[in-house]
Amino acid sequence: MTPLLEVTGLRIAFPGQHGPMYPVDGVTFSVRRGELLALVGESGSGKSLSCLAILGLVPTPGRIDPTSRILLGGTSLPDLNREAMRRVRGRRIGMIFQDPTTSLNPVFTIGRQLEEAVANHFPGPRAAIRARAVELLGEVGVPEPAGRLASYPHELSGGLRQRVMIALALSGEPDLLLADEPTSSLDVTVQAQILALLDRLRASRGMAVVLVTHDLGLVAGRADHVAVMYAGQVVERATAVRLFAAPAHPYTRGLFRSVPRLDAPVDRLAPIPGVVPTAARWPAGCRFHPRCPEALTQCQSESPALRHVGPDQSAACLLLDPPQAGG
Amino acid sequence: MSTPLLEVHDLVKHYPPRGFFSAGSAPVQAVNGVSFAIAEAETLGLVGESGCGKSTVGRAILRLEEPTAGDVRFVGESILEADNAALHRLRRQMQVVFQDPYSSLNPRMSVGRAIAEGMEIHRLARAGEIPARVAALMVEVGLDPESAGRYPHEFSGGQRQRIGIARALAVQPRLLVCDEPVSALDVSVQAQVVNLLADLQRDRRLAYLFIAHDLAVVRQLAHRIAVMYFGRIVELGPARTVIAAPKHPYTQALVSAVPSRVLERHADRIVLSGDPPGPTTVLPGCAFASRCFHPRRDQRCHAERPTLRVIDGHQVACHHAEES
Repeated sequence: MTPLLEVTGLRIAFPGQHGPMYPVDGVTFSVRRGELLALVGESGSGKSLSCLAILGLVPTPGRIDPTSRILLGGTSLPDLNREAMRRVRGRRIGMIFQDPTTSLNPVFTIGRQLEEAVANHFPGPRAAIRARAVELLGEVGVPEPAGRLASYPHELSGGLRQRVMIALALSGEPDLLLADEPTSSLDVTVQAQILALLDRLRASRGMAVVLVTHDLGLVAGRADHVAVMYAGQVVERATAVRLFAAPAHPYTRGLFRSVPRLDAPVDRLAPIPGVVPTAARWPAGCRFHPRCPEALTQCQSESPALRHVGPDQSAACLLLDPPQAGG
Repeated sequence: MSTPLLEVHDLVKHYPPRGFFSAGSAPVQAVNGVSFAIAEAETLGLVGESGCGKSTVGRAILRLEEPTAGDVRFVGESILEADNAALHRLRRQMQVVFQDPYSSLNPRMSVGRAIAEGMEIHRLARAGEIPARVAALMVEVGLDPESAGRYPHEFSGGQRQRIGIARALAVQPRLLVCDEPVSALDVSVQAQVVNLLADLQRDRRLAYLFIAHDLAVVRQLAHRIAVMYFGRIVELGPARTVIAAPKHPYTQALVSAVPSRVLERHADRIVLSGDPPGPTTVLPGCAFASRCFHPRRDQRCHAERPTLRVIDGHQVACHHAEES
């Protein structure tokens, strides 16, 4: 089965003081129908910008390098004109962001915003559009959906607002949902509700989801595949089961060791030394080498490519050997 | 038993309704009768979700906001009754570290001067000694003393938080109120600051009121944990058992909602329905009753507010805590 979304060698250039900078620099991943791919990384790793590139929303003056490929069901998205891309957004790709308050219009009722979105994608008689809006709110778990249509965004809690955002994203019945930190402004008990909702929608609609997050814990037991990003690149890609059982890249292993967890005894944390680099000054060679406890001299100059290191697992590290034939 | 370092008794903070449109509406009851004590060299973790009042507790203790009622004592001396001179003296011993160190640092002041400021205000060092003291503090928090002449924007988020900590330590406090000190930091850097706080406590016998929403981070440092919901403490006990054997249904949901790396745990996760009550709501009963999943929850939960009782070494505010 061919993937629904294929991103190959995505590179995004921004003008900098000393020539172009590449906050996203050669990112490759793909998602199949019904699958959940997690893009995991810290601030500045390029995970959110990669998502915006898929939507054709790279902020100016940034631009997608012409060698990059983004295919959605075989259609090359960067080649679409503005009008065609606008139709892809919402209708083929839905999106939800971290802070639902900034994405909802405060002066219109949620009913009006939802009905407008439905009518935009599927024009029809008013009564049918309203019925569809109520149905969508019910589907995302808003209690008494018909009564909620008259509410304004500020009258809803953060959790309910995020549900309304998801209903809006679903209004075009997209094949792919891009969710950028959809729960990080929510409390943990509400976070659990929203993630359970995304799981349910994926199962019932066969929708693919790209979940962008800094939180490895959210990914366990939920994602099918994980791509770990660092400094504008994917440094490790694996099935979630494999990644959690045997993380390969020194950065991934460092992340696991530095995050406190409730399901293990309290030990002193093992932080990754140093600071997260910025696109203006990516380190030469392997971009993780200044913080890597295992770095060799060659890591300072040689950029490792992603290569196969185990079953369903690839990593970009010079220290990792490909598995032996037959082993 | 010796006097605790900090005693908080029945702390209340209500905000009057503000603004043109809210005239005549009810006050926001941010904190509603919170009591706890912290001993020397102890960490009390104060956890809860946004709007539960945990940050207001921290601010009210330091009188950054005037409490509506209650009593706060530092080594037996009342902070709320203190006059300006006494408050100045008490504040030297109780410092605060905020979530966003950038907003609490003056962008035009070099970090060396920012760290020295408190020593100067409290006359803790002669002018000639200050540069050496600043350098020693910078080393202690893991900063390069050579960078004392640089400005806050030249530092990363983690380094700025170290500057904030050095600034607090400069006046030799005995208690640090840490309000979400690592939640704005990248995960790989969070651990550096958590370890630093642990080292400082060991070396200086500092006490911490560690306010955070992230239970896993709190557990890393706290000796005891107090869980707040809707302006009240619903459970308080030893950190180990609050996490391993929570008594209050809300604590159980909170522990269960923390993302786990153990895949099987997803199956028996407690997913609460509904949202917390609005901030101006006045409830006669348990504030958690509308979301509670306890099999024995009943009319009494809605009608009568449970007070804190001791069960298996925890203080728990639940009518049915024994029966889970």
